[in-house]
Amino acid sequence: MSLLRVDNVFKHFGSLIAVSDVSMTVEPGELRAVIGPNGAGKTTFFNTISGFMVPTSGRIIFDGEDITTVLPARRVWRGIARTFQITEVFPELSVRENLRIAVEVAAGYRMSPWLSQEADGEIRARVTELMDTSGLADKADRLVGELAHGDQRATEIMMALALKPRLLLLDEPTAGMGDQETYDITQLIRKLHREQKLTIVLIEHDMRVVFHLADRIMVLAEGKMLAEGTPKDIAANEAVQAAYLGKTAA
Amino acid sequence: MTQLLLFNVFNGLIVGAFYALMALGLSLILNLSGVINFAHGGFLAIGGYLAYTLIPYVGFWGALVLAPLLTAVIGFIVERVLIVRVYGRDPLYSLLLTFGLAFIFEDGTRFIWGAQSLPFQVPGWLMTPLSSDYFFLTGYRLFMVLVVAIAVIGLFLILTRTRLGIRIRAGTLDLETVSVLGVNVRILRNMNFGLGVYLAGLAGVLAVGQLGLQPTIGASLIMPSFVAIIVGGLGSLPGTLLGGLLIGVASGITTVFFPSATEAVIYVMMAVVLLIRPRGLLGEEGRF
Amino acid sequence: MNSPDLNKQIPNVVVWLLLLAMPYWLPAVGGYPELGTRVVILGLAAMSLNFLLGYTGVLSFGHAAYFGLGAYGAAMTIRYLVPSTGIGILVGILIGTIAAAIIGPLIIRLRGVYFAMVTIAFGQVFFFIAIRWNSVTGGDDGLTGWTRVPLHFGFTTIDIQNNPLAFYYLVLVLFAVAAGIMAWMLRSPFGRTLIAIRENERRARFLGIPVDQHIWMSWVISCCFVSLAGALYALLNNFVDPRALYWTQSGDFVIMAVLGGMRSFWGPLIGAAIYVVLQDYLSSQTENWQSFIGLFFVLVVLFFPRGVLGMIRRKVMS
Repeated sequence: MSLLRVDNVFKHFGSLIAVSDVSMTVEPGELRAVIGPNGAGKTTFFNTISGFMVPTSGRIIFDGEDITTVLPARRVWRGIARTFQITEVFPELSVRENLRIAVEVAAGYRMSPWLSQEADGEIRARVTELMDTSGLADKADRLVGELAHGDQRATEIMMALALKPRLLLLDEPTAGMGDQETYDITQLIRKLHREQKLTIVLIEHDMRVVFHLADRIMVLAEGKMLAEGTPKDIAANEAVQAAYLGKTAA
Repeated sequence: MTQLLLFNVFNGLIVGAFYALMALGLSLILNLSGVINFAHGGFLAIGGYLAYTLIPYVGFWGALVLAPLLTAVIGFIVERVLIVRVYGRDPLYSLLLTFGLAFIFEDGTRFIWGAQSLPFQVPGWLMTPLSSDYFFLTGYRLFMVLVVAIAVIGLFLILTRTRLGIRIRAGTLDLETVSVLGVNVRILRNMNFGLGVYLAGLAGVLAVGQLGLQPTIGASLIMPSFVAIIVGGLGSLPGTLLGGLLIGVASGITTVFFPSATEAVIYVMMAVVLLIRPRGLLGEEGRF
Repeated sequence: MNSPDLNKQIPNVVVWLLLLAMPYWLPAVGGYPELGTRVVILGLAAMSLNFLLGYTGVLSFGHAAYFGLGAYGAAMTIRYLVPSTGIGILVGILIGTIAAAIIGPLIIRLRGVYFAMVTIAFGQVFFFIAIRWNSVTGGDDGLTGWTRVPLHFGFTTIDIQNNPLAFYYLVLVLFAVAAGIMAWMLRSPFGRTLIAIRENERRARFLGIPVDQHIWMSWVISCCFVSLAGALYALLNNFVDPRALYWTQSGDFVIMAVLGGMRSFWGPLIGAAIYVVLQDYLSSQTENWQSFIGLFFVLVVLFFPRGVLGMIRRKVMS
């Protein structure tokens, strides 16, 4: 059974139709990229999956259940975690504290006024593990707001991962980054996908990243689905080249 | 009984008109600059006291024109010197700043004009009842409603027909875009603040004829103005107008049946509105 | 315990030593016993507000209402029901907390200035009840005709009625309990959840935190402790009047928190100390002390936005 199924989603803002009749099916363990020129409706489409917006019509099925109108926090409980195009972290807290909050919430302690020694030890171990995976260990006690953009992004991704999601949504994970940072983040995503068999849907501008990472690619243009297929199919698709390259060249 | 009810409804309408006038000014400033102006009541009091001082020289009509304008000038200066420093900072600071200004204004008026209630002369012919059956229908009361109506219509004309007004409305929706389009946001906020304070000053001149002139008049009118904004809907000026009139009439009616709840009833109304329609009667979705 | 942990404990030790010894050093610097008690009580109020303001990031401007409810709850209990200080305090806390819990759902969806506006407006309901229901509340003149009562334990009696020193230490014990509970909560996972909401509400929501629910909890906890402070305030004065509920009182609590430093646990206590002493001094010197308090607000906003402790911390770091 597919993990995520989006059926004929529309999203209107007044008279503007941002997303028009888009459907998508994501299998467990798949890494799916959603691409398209600016204003193609990628982020809006994404927001309907994460619960940031409710679609005007259409359905979103996660793991066999309809979650179209489920609130964001409850989608997280069901196993959907996301990052944002503009990094959303806790800037005045350290990397360790950022991750610790995520781990505690994921372990169900968000209301606990108290932690047992044992639970505290488990949480610390998990935080260390997350920092080691992402290479953030040497910056553990720095404030996230003071870190480089790439490290902030890595922190955000690891916070999402702390939730042990079954589906990870990444909104332009390399937006605004230099070559080295882009490379590092790409490697991190690749590692999570390969080693932890994580299902990932990501929006991305950088085509090198997309073709390097994605199992399948969906192309949006002007709110509609233009094409869908393996990276090879998409690279060869003339409609995509026309719409996409035409637009970026202009 | 009917007469008593009518009297209080009418009274409520007048009080509501004050609330609305004051709340419209507050709303203008809040919507464009994100500042709750606690000092708004202080500006209202200044308007009233300036009118009191001006009347011997320029007469009632002169004061009605001049006092609000002078109040607005004070508003311009206060915005330029102080308020401008808290834009873009945590809203906490603008609250505390205007809070402090409210203290200074109230105490300042007490210092200059004294703590006692002062007599306020309106033209005699305005004070005579128009009808013996409806004794409460004095010319002054009708006159007040008329002035408020003119001010409100004027405000809506400014906002829809003038360049300044259109920019204010655009800035309320998306200040960033407006500034990118080359509008000087500093000046826009300054003019807008002055406009809001002008309305407070005008309300002040009218209010003292009805409620008497004392330093605490501002502090007692500002909370109902908040309620008017919340009931009417955050971000909506027509809502604010409606909210002001509604709570005025509601407290008027309550005076008849349950006089000790006259003041409290508007807060109960606010609770009911927040319960069944959190964004207020005419509020836009997602603006709070 | 290693040395950094020990260093962190130094401010705590200093604060507690100063508080414990206050009745003995305060007269030496020109204070009088009630002033010290007032500082501790209003400090507790400001710290309670800061639980919500500084640690959850929610802008409440209406805490005077719950402070006043605590005060009236205690006063009316002792005046009309039972002459017991303990029960008075308990009823005061209960009334303030229940009112906050009921109003909570109406306001927790609002944010920023709108939250401030609605909380301060709601506070006025209680103000007008206190003013208008004068057969019970004493109306504008306040509720008199009662005093705090000595504490009777089975084995001993503590005369907090006539011995200001005993009353100070009762206040200090309750302050310690309240401050201890708040400090403990803030260091727990629950406290970190609140800080997460303050830091970035969107991220908190997408970590699966039901933000509104947690804001409600923080609001109720904060109002609970502020009503304790209110009850103690009524006991201190053997009197309560509607000004304890008035909206300007809420502003006082906020300025105390900001003045001392919202991002530090003890900041609001320090802010309260400065504010109370300043107000005491100004009102004895000039009739127009209100103007100076207003001016003080303006100066704090323009020049001391981080508060005393915030400034010190910056100096130390740079």
